[in-house]
Amino acid sequence: MIQIEYILIVSAVMMFAGIFGFFTRRSTLAILLSIELMLNATDLNFAVINRLMHTGGHEGYFFTLFSIAISAAESAVAIAIMINIYRQLKDTTADKLSKLKW
Amino acid sequence: MDSYNIMFVVLAGIIVASSVLTVVTRSIMRAATYLFFALLGTAGMYFLMGYTFLGAVQTMVYAGGIIVLYVFAILLTRGTKDRISENTRSKIALSALLSLVGFGLVAFIIFTANLRAQVITAPDESVMNMSTLGRNLLSTDPDGYLLPFEAVSVLLLACIVAGVMIARKR
Amino acid sequence: MDYQYTLLILCLPIVSFLILGIGGKWLSHKAAGLIGTLSIGTVAVLSYYTAFHYFAERGADGTFASIVPINFEWLPFYVGNLHFDMGILLDPISVMMLIVISTVSLMVHIYSFGYMHGERGFQRYYAFLSLFTMSMLGLVVATNIFQMYMFWELVGVCSYLLIGFYFTEKPAIAASKKAFIVTRFADLGFLVGILVFGYYTGSFSFDFTENFQYAAGALHGVAPDAAKAIAAGGFILPTALFLMFIGGAGKSAMFPLHIWLPDAMEGPTPVSALIHAATMVVAGVFQVARMFPMWIQYAPETLHYVAWIGAFTAFYAAAVACAQSDIKRVLAFSTISQIAFMMVALGVCTEMTTGHEHVGSVGYMASMFHLFTHAMFKATLFLCAGCIIHAVHSNEMSAMGGMRKYMPVTNWTFLIATLAISGIPPFSGFFSKDEILSASFAYSPVMGWVMTGIAAMTAFYMFRVYYGIFWGTENKQLHEELKAHGHFGEAPLVMTAPLVLLTLFTVFCGWALPGSFGSFVSADGQAYNIHLDPQIAITSVVIACISIGLATWIYIRSSQPVAERLKAAMPHLHEWAYRRFYIDEIYQFVTHRIIFAYISRPIAWFDRHVVDGTLNGLASGANYVGESIRPLQSGRLQQYAYVFLLGVVVLFFIMII
Repeated sequence: MIQIEYILIVSAVMMFAGIFGFFTRRSTLAILLSIELMLNATDLNFAVINRLMHTGGHEGYFFTLFSIAISAAESAVAIAIMINIYRQLKDTTADKLSKLKW
Repeated sequence: MDSYNIMFVVLAGIIVASSVLTVVTRSIMRAATYLFFALLGTAGMYFLMGYTFLGAVQTMVYAGGIIVLYVFAILLTRGTKDRISENTRSKIALSALLSLVGFGLVAFIIFTANLRAQVITAPDESVMNMSTLGRNLLSTDPDGYLLPFEAVSVLLLACIVAGVMIARKR
Repeated sequence: MDYQYTLLILCLPIVSFLILGIGGKWLSHKAAGLIGTLSIGTVAVLSYYTAFHYFAERGADGTFASIVPINFEWLPFYVGNLHFDMGILLDPISVMMLIVISTVSLMVHIYSFGYMHGERGFQRYYAFLSLFTMSMLGLVVATNIFQMYMFWELVGVCSYLLIGFYFTEKPAIAASKKAFIVTRFADLGFLVGILVFGYYTGSFSFDFTENFQYAAGALHGVAPDAAKAIAAGGFILPTALFLMFIGGAGKSAMFPLHIWLPDAMEGPTPVSALIHAATMVVAGVFQVARMFPMWIQYAPETLHYVAWIGAFTAFYAAAVACAQSDIKRVLAFSTISQIAFMMVALGVCTEMTTGHEHVGSVGYMASMFHLFTHAMFKATLFLCAGCIIHAVHSNEMSAMGGMRKYMPVTNWTFLIATLAISGIPPFSGFFSKDEILSASFAYSPVMGWVMTGIAAMTAFYMFRVYYGIFWGTENKQLHEELKAHGHFGEAPLVMTAPLVLLTLFTVFCGWALPGSFGSFVSADGQAYNIHLDPQIAITSVVIACISIGLATWIYIRSSQPVAERLKAAMPHLHEWAYRRFYIDEIYQFVTHRIIFAYISRPIAWFDRHVVDGTLNGLASGANYVGESIRPLQSGRLQQYAYVFLLGVVVLFFIMII
C-alpha cells in the first residue's frame, strides 16, 4: 500500500531536478541528460496514474512505452548532432553555439 | 510498514538522491552515472507497480542503451570538463529558486488534489499480463495500438538513417 | 488656300532638335550646324511662303481673315466648356511674327557657325536653338491662351538652358537661375490670369467672339453673375488681364521684373541676339497685342497703367544704359527700353478702329511695327557686338576704342543699326518710333514729350556706345597683343553676311514697305496708311540729332575731358546709374534679408527640426525599442527556458489563486 502522492512527489523531484539542470548546465550533453531526467519523470507519472485510474485500461502504459521509444530516438539524433557540432566547432557549450543566432 | 513500503522508500531514496546528484555534480561523466541510477530506480518503481514489461524496457532501452550512448558521446566530445561552477552565482540561485517554487507549486497541487485515499497495492494478475499487452499492441481494435506501433517503428528507422547521415564524416 | 503645311514650320525644328539632342554626340560640328541651319532655313522659306500667300488675299471687308488650319482638342477641363486646344492660328500678327522669328533665327544659326566655332557643346547649342525656335513659333501661332502659356514656358526653359550654356562658369549659372526664377515667378501671375479669364469668359480661344457672346450671356445657357461681372465693367476681367500682363512683364523685362535680362547677357552673344533682343523678350508685347480686343473692350484704364509702367521702364533703362561700360549690358538695357516703347504704344490705345482720323488705335500698329523693326536692328547690334567681342575677347568698352580701322563691315552695320534705333530717317527705326510718338501724343501730350525725351536718351547712349567701341580712346596695348596672336580683325564671312542681310532689312523695311506694314497689321485689320505727322517727326529728329551731336562732342575724341568732368560733377548720379539704381541690391535685400531670413529660414528650421525631427524621432524611437528588446532574443536556450518556466509558474499562481 503506497499512497499515490508519494510517487507523484518523487517524480516531481525528478522533474524539477531536470529543470534545474537544464537551466544551469553549460554543456549541451549535460542539458540532454537533464532532458532525459524530465522525460523519465513524466513517464513515471503516466504509469502511476494509469495504474491508479484504469486498472483495466492501458493508455498510460502504452504512452510510457512509446515515450521511451521516442526518447531513445531523440537521444540518438541529438547525440549525432552534438558529435557533428563538435566536429565543426570543437565546442558543445550551449552559450557559444550562436552561429544560427539572428 | 511492510516490505512493499520499504521497497518503495528505498527506491524513492535512490531516485531522489541520484536525480539531484545528476544535476549538481561537476563531472559530466558522473552525471551520466547518477542518471543511470535514477533510471534504474524508475525501472524499479515500474516493477513495484507490477508493470514488469515496462520496467524491463526501461532497463534495457534507457539504462542499457541510451546511457551507454551518452557515455560514448561524452568521451567522443571530451565534454568531461563541464563545470557547473562557471555559471554566475546569481544565475544558479535564480534557477534553484525558480525550480523550488515550481516544485512547491506542484507539491501543493498534489497534496491538495485529495489523493490521500488513492493507494496502490501489491500487484496481482489483474494488473497487466504479457498476452494482453501483446494483443493490444498488435491489434486494430478500439483498444489496439498497431498504428502508433508502426509509426514508432518508422520513426526509429528514420532516426537510424538520420543519425548516420548527421554524424558521418564528410 | 490650304495652310496645312504650316504644321511643318513647327515640326522641322523639333525634328532637328531631336536629331541633334539625341545623336549630337556622333555628329561632327559641321554636320550638326548644317542640320540645324537647314531645318531653320526650310522653316524660313515656309514662313515667307505663308506670309506671301496670306497677305495676298484680302477679304471682302478689307481685312485679313484669321485662319485656323489645324486645331484639335487636347485636354478637357471639366469646368464649363473649357478645353485645352493645340493648333495653328494665322492672322496678321502671327504671320508677321513668323517672319521675324524665322529670319532672325536663320541669321543667328548662320552667324553661330563662326561665333561658336570649335566650342565644346556645339551640337547641344544648335539643339537648344532648334528647340527655342520651335517653342517661339508655337507661341506665336497658338490658337488659345493656354497653348500660348505652354510654349511660353518652353521658351523660358530654352532661355534658361542657353543663358547657362557655359555652365562651368559661375556667373552663367547664377544668371540662368535668376532668369528662370524671375520669369517663372511672373508666370505665376500669367497662369492665375489665364484661369480667371477662362473661368469667367468661358473660353481660352483667341477667337474672342465667343468671349463677347459669353459676356452678353448668349452662350452656355448664361452664367448670370459671370456675365454681369464682365458686362458691367467689373473688376474681374481687368484683374485677369493685368495678371496676364505680369507674366508678360516678366518675359519682356518690364520694371521691376527686368532684373534678369542684363544678367542674361552671360549667354553666348548670338543667343542674346535671338532670344534676349529679337524674339522671346517681345513675347510679353505680343501677348498684350493678342489680348488687345479684350483690353480695349473691358479694361481700357488698366491698359493705360500698362502704358505708364512701360514709360517708366523705358526711362529707367535708358538712364541706366547711359552709364554702363559693358557693351552687351548697354544693349540689354536698350532692349528693355525699346520693349517698353512697344508696351507704351499698346498702352496708349483707346479704341479699336483705325483710319486717318481715328488715331486712338494707331499705337497697336506702331507697337507691332516697332517690334518688327526693333527685332532686325537690335539683332544686328547684338551680332555686331558678338563680332567685336569675338575680336577683343572682352565685353568692356575699355578693351575697345578705335575699332573702325580693324572692322569696317561691323563698323558700318553697327552705325546703320544705331542710326535706326536713334530714329534717324530713312532707317526703319525712325518710322516705327515716329508712329509710337504720334500715338503717345494722341493719348496725352505729357506722354508724348516723355517718350520723345526717352527717344533722345536712346540716341545719346547708343552713340556713346558706338563711339566707345569704334572711335574714342583706343586700347592700343591690348590690340597690339591681339594682333601678335594673329586673330585680330574683321570677323569671317559667315559672321558678317548675316550682319549685312539684317542691315538691309533695317535700311529698307521702313520706306521700301511704305505704308504697307500698316496695311498688313492694324488693330481692326483695316488697312492703315502710315503717314508722318510732320510736326512730331521733325521735333523727334531734331532732338535725336541734338543728342547725337552731344554724344559726338563728348565721346568721339580719344581724350574725353567732358565725360570726365561730367562724371566728376555728378559722382553719385553716375554711380547710381552704373549700379542700375541698386534695383538688384534691393531685390537682394528683400529676398535674402527679409524673405529668406524671416520666412524661409523659420520654415526651413521648422521643416528640419519639427517635421524631420518627428520622423527622425519615430525612427530612432523604433531603433531604441528594437535595441532595448534585442537582448530578449539572445539566442540563449537556457534563458528562453527560464523565461518559459517563469511564465508557467506565474500562470500557475494565477490559476490557483
